[in-house]
Amino acid sequence: MPDLGSYATEVGLAYAVSLALLGGIILLSVIRARRVARELDAAVGRRERRQE
Amino acid sequence: MTFWEFANPRVFMGWTEKVLPWLFGIAALFLATGLVWGFFFTPDDFRQGSTVKIIYLHVPSAFMAINAWIMMLVASLIWLVRRHHVSALVAKAAAPVGITMTLIALFTGAIWGQPMWGTWWAWEPRLTSFFILFLFYLGYVALWAAIEDPDQAADLTSILCMVGSVFAVLSRYAVFFWNQGLHQGATLSLDADENIADVFWYPLLICLAGFIVLFIALVLYRTRTEIRARRLQAMTLRERMA
Repeated sequence: MPDLGSYATEVGLAYAVSLALLGGIILLSVIRARRVARELDAAVGRRERRQE
Repeated sequence: MTFWEFANPRVFMGWTEKVLPWLFGIAALFLATGLVWGFFFTPDDFRQGSTVKIIYLHVPSAFMAINAWIMMLVASLIWLVRRHHVSALVAKAAAPVGITMTLIALFTGAIWGQPMWGTWWAWEPRLTSFFILFLFYLGYVALWAAIEDPDQAADLTSILCMVGSVFAVLSRYAVFFWNQGLHQGATLSLDADENIADVFWYPLLICLAGFIVLFIALVLYRTRTEIRARRLQAMTLRERMA
């Protein structure tokens, strides 16, 4: 760990919050993608059952 | 195959499925290399001390916040001129990523500004135009969510995007227009004399590349979701009418 001197809190906080925000947008994107894919699969299934 | 055929929804889903794992991998590699290099293996600045390490997050995120909006403007113009649905969905998909970049830039800027300028925030040209750009991002996402008809939503958000572009350009060039701000001049410049020392410059370039590739990967990934969501919306409407 590098010696951040008297600015350790500021630098640490900047990295922690930024990485959390980046992780957050990736996580939210994955969650929404999975939910939409699941709902679309269900809708396609319903349509196929109606056509049978 | 012409450029427009790549944007055909079916073709788009095919090629993005293949390139996305590579793009996410390259982004992770660049970001890990640049951030680890910058955080652990660069010296403190003689005036700013260790706070200079914030540059590896602040500059790339601010760069992407502005350029994400410019990309949304191009996609919106394509929608308005050619009525190409995927271009409207690309702009929609980019907005939350742009918000994230703007938030990172605002937050790291405030944290960096407090020890260096003695204040978290100042209503000076660059910071103010950047904050207004952030509000435009929020308005853009809210407008998409508020209108049910996707074509009408794409039309109105495209117009909003054109108006907001003034502030995207302003936040980039405000330091050149007005000279009374706290914020320094451009960190990134093609003129070698203007750039920061090489010891900070190289890891910064790698971080910048990481942010760019991550942005592209996230926009493509989210556009795939928007294409599926649009198909789902159309199927749901047909189900209700049947």
